[in-house]
Amino acid sequence: MHNRSFFRIFMQTGAWLILAFLLLPMLVVIPVSLTDKSYISLPQDGLSMQHYTNYFTSAEWLWATGTSLFIGVGVALCATVLGTAFAIGCWFLSDRMSTIARWILITPILVPPVVQSLGFYRFWVQLGLIDTYTGVILAHTLLALPYVSISVFAALANLDRRIPQAARSLGASVWTTVISVVVPAAKPGMMAGAIFAFIVSFDEIVGVLFITVRNVQTLPKMIWQGIQDNIDPTIAAVATVLTVITLVLMAVGALRKS
Amino acid sequence: MTPGLLTDRHRYWLLILPALAVMIIFYIWPLVNILGISVTEPEPGLGNYALLAESRPIQTSFIITFRVAAITTVFCLVLGYIVSYAIYNASKRGVGLMVALVLLPFWISVLIRSFSWIVLLGRSGLVNDALMGMGLIDRPLRLMHNEFGVLIAMVHVMLPFAVLPIMANMKGIDRSFVNAARGLGASEWTAFWQVYFPQTKPGVLSAALLVFVLSLGFYITPALLGGGRVLMISEYITYQIQEFLKWGTGTMLSVTLLVATGVVILAAARFVNLRRAFLERG
Repeated sequence: MHNRSFFRIFMQTGAWLILAFLLLPMLVVIPVSLTDKSYISLPQDGLSMQHYTNYFTSAEWLWATGTSLFIGVGVALCATVLGTAFAIGCWFLSDRMSTIARWILITPILVPPVVQSLGFYRFWVQLGLIDTYTGVILAHTLLALPYVSISVFAALANLDRRIPQAARSLGASVWTTVISVVVPAAKPGMMAGAIFAFIVSFDEIVGVLFITVRNVQTLPKMIWQGIQDNIDPTIAAVATVLTVITLVLMAVGALRKS
Repeated sequence: MTPGLLTDRHRYWLLILPALAVMIIFYIWPLVNILGISVTEPEPGLGNYALLAESRPIQTSFIITFRVAAITTVFCLVLGYIVSYAIYNASKRGVGLMVALVLLPFWISVLIRSFSWIVLLGRSGLVNDALMGMGLIDRPLRLMHNEFGVLIAMVHVMLPFAVLPIMANMKGIDRSFVNAARGLGASEWTAFWQVYFPQTKPGVLSAALLVFVLSLGFYITPALLGGGRVLMISEYITYQIQEFLKWGTGTMLSVTLLVATGVVILAAARFVNLRRAFLERG
């Protein structure tokens, strides 16, 4: 009996320690963002909002935030439309060829970011897409497509194949069946896919470092340059804002589910 | 083959085609171009690939890459297994909170998580500050710009990727085998090690493959926490391109990294259900 409880206690305590290791480092940005010093440190003589003021009054930081939001929404739209159509087509066919197509569509998950970025750079130069919004949205859409197609396909796993067949035999065309029978069933997957796509784009950095110069400044690029040049607590303020928004959205999502 | 059936198939392909065409033209084709550049610049031939046998820095970089990826994978598997086990077996309270904490890092960018580690481990970072404040050390310890710093941040970033496949696998395991073993007199450890653990192997192997493959090509965290001293191959490639404009070398290394990744995946195919690991993961 003693041995049993030791094993359980070990696993459970271990798990909470590991979760603390996952969570706590992400929270250190919060006190650092409130420091009264102009360098990375804990608050010493009191709390200060100066680094938040810095962020919210800096045209550069705000513009970069807007750019990332804009590109992220564009990517979510493009990737969700393309990826949903793709997954629905594959679901109807469900044969060897469509499985190969699905493997092709998920290659961006497996290819190292630097390798694909070199590819983007050379091809985007040829197409004149370097340092353009179109270029970034296109690149990010490619990176987001695997996630959309996987989550839509997963949602369709619950759809009984006889339902679209019934619609067809009652005289509905392929398009009507897709729009009024399959798409509604795919909706949860589409929603999840769109959110994934937005986040993939919003967080993407390696590709942006290769295919943009000065014209397109995204938020991750500003953070990256900030870390490289001089680490100032403004980055901690930005990180805190993003973390808090994420936590709030997760809490809202969890509440709506329950 | 009735004409009606044929046109339906065509319509399904019309749905597939836009995404597939975009992927092939703007993603696969540029990758093929990379292969082309590696055998044509600066001059046609396999001269770039000869560097793999000749250049010590390149060999060292590959060794570092595989070593960091392997160590990261081992730590992620052990830690990820304990968390998953606690979620499905040991805990009664707080399971929902545990799952939420595992998923949370996915929503916070790797860049910000790496920044947090810089704040903690830097020369005048919070850990050094605290240790000096307590009088435990006189001079700051070097906690980053070395392999230790890269590894701790890599494990932090990769851990959720290890937990998810293991959790998905454990979810489907019936406890009754373990209970039967216990009822027949096996100790808790024996029941775990001989009955439960073998059933979780598929999840562990998918997790290992996923974490190892992602670690091999990882750039952001090693670049930020390695400070140029832990040159994994992705960072080595960017140096070749951005500092020295050596496209031949950079693309050759890219192709080599891609082939190495492919070999790892194909070798793993014997033990891991690749469809499950990549195509159908949730």
